[in-house]
Order: sequence, then structure tokens, then C-alpha cells
Amino acid sequence: MRRVQVAGTAAVTALAAGTAAALAAGAPAAAIAVAVVLVTALAAFWFVRNRVRAWTYTEREDDLIVARGVMVRRLSVVPYGRMQFVDVTAGPVERAFRLATVKLHTAAAASDARIPGLEREEAARLRDRLAALGEAKAAGL
Amino acid sequence: MTGQPGEVPGDPGEVPGDPGKVPGQWHRLHPLSPLVRSGRAAVGVLAIVGISASGQFGRSGSHLFDWVLAALVVIAAVVNWLVTRWELDGATLRIETGLLRRDSRQLPVARIQAVDVVRPFLARALGLAELRVRLAGSSHADGRLAYLPEQAALDLRARLLAAHHGLDPATPEPGERILASVPNGRLVGSVLASGASLLIALLVAELVVILVFPGVLAATGSTFLVFLVTLVPMVWRRLATEYGFTLAQSPDGIRIRRGLLGTVAETIPLRRVQAVRMVEPVLWRPLGWCRLEIDVAGSPGRDHADGSGRMRKTLLPVGHREPAWQLMRLVIGADPPPLSPPPRRARRKAPLSYHFLAAGHDETSAMGVTGRLRKVTTWVPLEKVQSVRMVTGPVQRALSLATVHVDAAGRRVRAEFRDRPGGEAGQLAEELAALCRGARRRAAQPGASPAPAIPAQGRLPDADAARSPASRPGQRR
Repeated sequence: MRRVQVAGTAAVTALAAGTAAALAAGAPAAAIAVAVVLVTALAAFWFVRNRVRAWTYTEREDDLIVARGVMVRRLSVVPYGRMQFVDVTAGPVERAFRLATVKLHTAAAASDARIPGLEREEAARLRDRLAALGEAKAAGL
Repeated sequence: MTGQPGEVPGDPGEVPGDPGKVPGQWHRLHPLSPLVRSGRAAVGVLAIVGISASGQFGRSGSHLFDWVLAALVVIAAVVNWLVTRWELDGATLRIETGLLRRDSRQLPVARIQAVDVVRPFLARALGLAELRVRLAGSSHADGRLAYLPEQAALDLRARLLAAHHGLDPATPEPGERILASVPNGRLVGSVLASGASLLIALLVAELVVILVFPGVLAATGSTFLVFLVTLVPMVWRRLATEYGFTLAQSPDGIRIRRGLLGTVAETIPLRRVQAVRMVEPVLWRPLGWCRLEIDVAGSPGRDHADGSGRMRKTLLPVGHREPAWQLMRLVIGADPPPLSPPPRRARRKAPLSYHFLAAGHDETSAMGVTGRLRKVTTWVPLEKVQSVRMVTGPVQRALSLATVHVDAAGRRVRAEFRDRPGGEAGQLAEELAALCRGARRRAAQPGASPAPAIPAQGRLPDADAARSPASRPGQRR
């Protein structure tokens, strides 16, 4: 759950882009632009931080619980036996911070069990554990 | 897809086959199938040839080209026929096709979700039929045999289903009991009363307007045409695919037969049903009509013109509510759970749908009612549940409400417990997860025996017997 770092980079890049745009225009315009970008970045940072803090998962004996969302709270209970396959993905930004996203797929398209921003080792551990549990408790359609 | 080890039926080696159907022997499709398969393409090419022959475009050069094209289409179809073969070897149906890229497909009979026998108009005229074997997973995994002689297709279906249920494939197709058939008059009435036809009425009104004030023709004429072009085929399609609808029950599953020009016969093993849905459009409700749909696992895939590509199958295109409830009970194999409406404060969050909202569950199934104008009742057996989700939106949180979704396999297959009281919803999600676990275990136990038994004779479950999970028709998992 270390998306804060990702949020940080997002803010920094936004800031850099803002200043670059401001340099092209006049001095007073630049000040306003920088201020606006700063405020937006801070707001985004705050928002993302809350989002990350709200994102939790619990491994239970028979199912995995993933809870997320600040404005709209979502909680998914996915039994291991229903798991079809596990995805581990890592985008360029995630890779830079040695993070990965684990996604659990079931036969229902709506089952929404995605856990982003896991450390790579944790992601691998979770993947292996889920795969093993899925194998052990597999149930047909 | 993960399967039960117990689902794999008996020994593949010891299958006694009737003459000409020796296991392990490869079969060809019917020699006329290239003709039927390329039927549409050929008609298209002939049309092009006809146009150019009428002298609209180029005199001699393109003429030859068209004939070459037509010949190529026919040759391609014949080659396709030559390189396609299939065999049923005990527990697996093998289909091989492709000249350059050889495609060999193994369809484990135990994984069958549904078997369809499809007869498009041209094939029907020639006494041919296509057999489609649906598995869960992508539509690429489906097995299609186009075309077989009609009787051979029916025989193969019987063998596949017998093998699917762990019986000797030579078992003759069990008898069936007609559960419902839809009078064609009622079907026409239902299509007329559906929303699409209402739009047509609007268009007719528009036509009248145009006739009265010819000046506005330019403005509305084109939209009128566009609507007409899209709507007429829609109505036609519903009529043509659901004409002569008959629903029957047999020990190997539910059988659906329908179709006007081309006919479709679908067989769905009962334990493959993921969810049942009752839809009551606003215009049907005064007539007491409803529509039943069932969901089968698998990708929705390409929608075939005959409506058989969908994994959402129509169980009853139109019928009265009481018999429809009987059918739903039969398919789920239990009584509907008691429903309760959400608290009154939910009216403020969902003013337009509050009058329908209700949901409930018991040990074996969950049911949710939603909809604003169209009332949609979804019933999901708990052993089919893939995940349980609780969603709380900002407005819901302010009112201390939450929605619990019970997802079954498929794209939007779920029962929704909408706008339940906040604290209760959390418990509900927890309880449902636990109940699903229990239901799965119960469903898995009979599957441990090598050959899952099927009920000798299908019957409508009566109220008290249906409650206990042991008395369900067919063990679903």
C-alpha cells in the first residue's frame, strides 16, 4: 500500500509541467499558474493518499476480502475456490518503486479484487498463496 | 475452468458404439455443408456478378474477376469441408479443421455448459443441422460442427449429454416433458407491447405529421428512415427467433426449441444454470406477463443472428407470472427466499425504483428485485456465487444504506440487495459469504462419486421437499 510514492511523483511531474508552461507566458501569469498547479497537486496528493489508505485486503481462511474507496466504499469477498487466475502487473511507475498490482479474476466479470501498490516480494507471495489456495479449494462452475 | 475430478465420466476405452459410430473413428461433416456455409457469401457474390453483368460497371475485365471470386469462395468452402473432421472418443469431442493452420480442438464432455442444434433456413431445407457445444471460457472454445445430417446431429447431442452426465454414451435420449409453450399470438402481442414497437407507433405518428405538413419532411424524414431501418429488423428478429417456443424438461436438462425460418434447439443441463431472471416490462405488467432468462457461464461472444450466441438464454419469451414462478422454482430447485423491502429512507436515494426494491436470501439462494419501470427479479443459487460485494455510495452513506451484490459467473449476472440498512449490510455480506461456502461444500459432496446420478424423472419440486438440498433435481456445482 505504498501508492503515496506514486502520488508524489504525479505531483512533482505536474509541478514541472506547470512551471514549464508558466515560463512561456509572462511573470504574473507564471505565478498564478504555479499557484494553481501547486494547489491542484496538493489536492490530488491528499485525495490519492486517502484512497491508498482506504485500500486494504484481508486473507481469511476461505476467502480474500478487498476493501477500497473513500467516496464510494467497496468491499469484495472472493472465495479462493472461485478464483480463475491471478494477474500480477507492474507498470513503468510501479516498477520504478518496485511495486506491483495483484488482480484476482473469477468467472464473474464484476468481482472486483484488485490490490495495487504491493511491494514486489509481497505481490509474489500473495500470488503464490492465492494460486495454491485456489488449487486446493477449486470448485467447478 | 477448474473442474471436479468426479465429473469426468467413465472409462473412455469401453464405450460400445453403434455401427458407424465407433469411438476413435473420425467423421466428416455432411458433403452439402460447404454449400450451406458459403450460402450467404455466394448470394452476395452472385449479386455483385449480377450487378456487373447488367452493364453498370466495366464490360469484360471485371466480369471475369467476379466469376473467379465466386469460384474462390466455393473452393475455399469445399477445402474447409475436406480438412474438417471430428470424433467422439468417450469423454472428449475432438474437432480438427484448417488446411494451413491446423486447429485441433478437444472438448471435454464433462465441461459442457450447453448443447445447441441450430438449423438455419437453408440448412433446414436440405435436412442439415449445426451442432454447437458450449463450454465456459471464451467463445473460441466453443465446438461447432456445421453441418451434420439432422438425425446425426440429434444422435450426437444425445451421446454428448449422456456422457456429460456420466452415463454410457449409447444411452438413448431420455424422454421429455413439455413444461411450457408460447402461443404465437401471445408472442406477437408481447412484441407489439414491448418498447421497440412503441417507438414504431411513434414513428407512424411522425409519418402522419409529415403527411399533414409536407414542409417538415426534410427535417424528420431521414431520422424516421434511420429508426425504421433499425427497428424493423429488431422486431423481426424477436419474432423469428422466438416463434413456436417450446420449453421441455428431461433428465439431461432443459430443452428449448424455437424459431420460424431457422430453428434452434438448445439443451442446458440444469446444474449449469448460474442465475434465473424474471423481467416484467412496464407495458406487460397489466397483462400479467413476464419474460424469463437464464444465465449460463461463458463469454457472451459474438451474437449470432439466431440469438444462440448469448450465454443469456431465454427460458420463456412471454408468459403469465404464476407458471413462470413454477418454472423458476424448477430451474433453481428450491423455493424463493422470503423478500423484504429496504428501509423507508431508501426512498430518498432511489425515488424511482423504491417501489420495486426488495431482496432476500435463505440457505440455498439469494434473490434481488430492482428496476424503475421494468421490474427485474434475479435469483442466484448460492453455490454458484463467485463473489459477494458491498458498495456504499456517498448518498447511501449519508442515509446509512449499502448495496450488497451477489455475483455469479458472467458479465452482469448478479442479485442485488439494494439499499439495505448500513450495519445490517455488513453482516449480510458476511453471512452470504458463509452461506455460499456451505452451499459450495454441499454441492461438491455428491460430485465426489464417479458418476453423478441424475434424477430418473424430472418433476416439479413441491414446497416442503424442495427446501432440503438433497432433493434437488440434479446436483449442480
